[in-house]
Amino acid sequence: MSRSLLIHRAGPGLTLQDLGRSGYLDVGLSRGGAADRLALFEGAALLGQEAGAVVVEMAAMGGEFEATQDIRIALTGAPMRAKLDGAPLVWNASHLLPAGARLSIGPVLHGCYGYLHVGGGIEGNRLMGAQSAHLSAGVGGVLAAGDRLEIGPDGGTETGMTLDRDDRFTGGAVRIVASFQTHLFAAADLERFCSAPLRRDARANRMGVRLTPEGVGFHVEGGRNVLSEVIIPGDIQITGDGTPFVLMSECQTTGGYPRIGTVVPCDLPRMAQAPAGAEVWFRFVGQDEAVALEQAAAGARAALRRRLRPLIRDPRRMADLLSFQLISGVVSGGEPDT
Amino acid sequence: MTETGDLPGRFPVVRSAGVDGLLVSFADGLSEPANRAALAFRGALEAQDWDGMEETSSSLVSAYLRFDPLRVSHETISGQVRALLAAQDWYAAQLPGRRRFWRIPTVFGTALAPQLAQAAAAAGMSETQAIASLSTARVRVQTIGFAPGQPYLGELPAAWDIPRQSQLTERIPEGALAVAIRQLVLFSVTTPTGWQHVGQTAIRLFQPEAAEPFLLRAGDEVQFVPIGPEALETLRRDPRGGATCETAG
Repeated sequence: MSRSLLIHRAGPGLTLQDLGRSGYLDVGLSRGGAADRLALFEGAALLGQEAGAVVVEMAAMGGEFEATQDIRIALTGAPMRAKLDGAPLVWNASHLLPAGARLSIGPVLHGCYGYLHVGGGIEGNRLMGAQSAHLSAGVGGVLAAGDRLEIGPDGGTETGMTLDRDDRFTGGAVRIVASFQTHLFAAADLERFCSAPLRRDARANRMGVRLTPEGVGFHVEGGRNVLSEVIIPGDIQITGDGTPFVLMSECQTTGGYPRIGTVVPCDLPRMAQAPAGAEVWFRFVGQDEAVALEQAAAGARAALRRRLRPLIRDPRRMADLLSFQLISGVVSGGEPDT
Repeated sequence: MTETGDLPGRFPVVRSAGVDGLLVSFADGLSEPANRAALAFRGALEAQDWDGMEETSSSLVSAYLRFDPLRVSHETISGQVRALLAAQDWYAAQLPGRRRFWRIPTVFGTALAPQLAQAAAAAGMSETQAIASLSTARVRVQTIGFAPGQPYLGELPAAWDIPRQSQLTERIPEGALAVAIRQLVLFSVTTPTGWQHVGQTAIRLFQPEAAEPFLLRAGDEVQFVPIGPEALETLRRDPRGGATCETAG
């Protein structure tokens, strides 16, 4: 019998994601892949598998799931209210999902994108070398109630592990490097861009995130005449009305609006997870510092396995294996509803 | 050290694009030699086997190289790029091989492409002259971008140096041929646009589930062959919309 994950209820923004597809930039297709790539590494660490495994990305809202056989799962990214047959599940942890049990994932509590990983990863048709949906390009689509996802062979058995959550789900400081068009902006505008917070607008998706400045927008003399150039994820374009727009995983491949800077890749998860209304502070760093940041982030990703801790269960409640209580007291079976 | 924040003095110029990319620009405005240089240099980059290279692309007058900054330093890779730049005159370079010549059946004007008359007037032509001009031009895919498989083609005769509309057309359909600033865009998706809709084709430029998902490549040459609206309906059954291709000379 095949190992499958059934979707009984799906929020509007459920997609299959992975690390995206490389090599199609010259024919107009951006890499795509998970909005929060770090979450893929966290889930992989929790399940002891490769970060390239295919996962379910959940924008703002989860869904209801059932496995046809016992499988291992991990929940990462933006914390969401999760229950297994009614019992609260700890986020940022690995769990056993017994066959027939109902996994119910509700709305996001902080941040934007939550991830459901399965031991063995989700299998299916690869298009151009990957399974990830690229919605803006029309590659793949959103998942829906009634979908059945096939699961690959799982080499691991470990569950009940957790990783401490970082603070990337509420906005904050985001490091950027100068772009090849940063010099088009006046020094005063560059200063202003970094000296006051920008607010994440409600308008955001896998293509890009719109930001609202506190005061007037940012402008480039003759900005309409800038030649269309390559766009990379993290580029911050200033649109005709002076609004900053951060390009994300599903961005277009070329664009004419001038770029004021480019978010350092290791800060893109924070950018993707900043919820509507959150404040974002940009800070320019030099190229050498940016490379050092990337090196540190790669080191931290590689060390994730060593940071796993077992979820500690209260012996008096061991009869109910699905309700966990953390020693730290930070979580007692789930976050308060918001 | 890669230049950032300085105005480029002499082209070609190498600048950083993010932490993991280099942009090699051959001009600050679109020109035939600069587009050739960008296509040829991107072709040359593709042929390199440099450590840490991840992906390359070309835009109208630039080539882009993405690399892994944890495997190779900016200094090393920009040194390699500058050495390759110095190896020859890229503005006079041969275009990359494997180029093809496409003939794409196109309905000019009619209700299917309602802006032919206004575009022709802007170019100082009658509709008949406009169709003759646009359908005899053998244009080159200068770059593919914005949407998957979507080509920007040129260069059209000088009369077609007409502006994009300030008011966007809310919805231009897939397969639409539109003109402005001596270029044609053949739309691979339905989208809002400021380009003027002068022709309609049945070509599907991006088919994710096909063995060859992308029909056109930068450097390919294209001619838009006039047909009637009834013929287009038949061609809609063909994913290529009746387009034919041969090796370009």
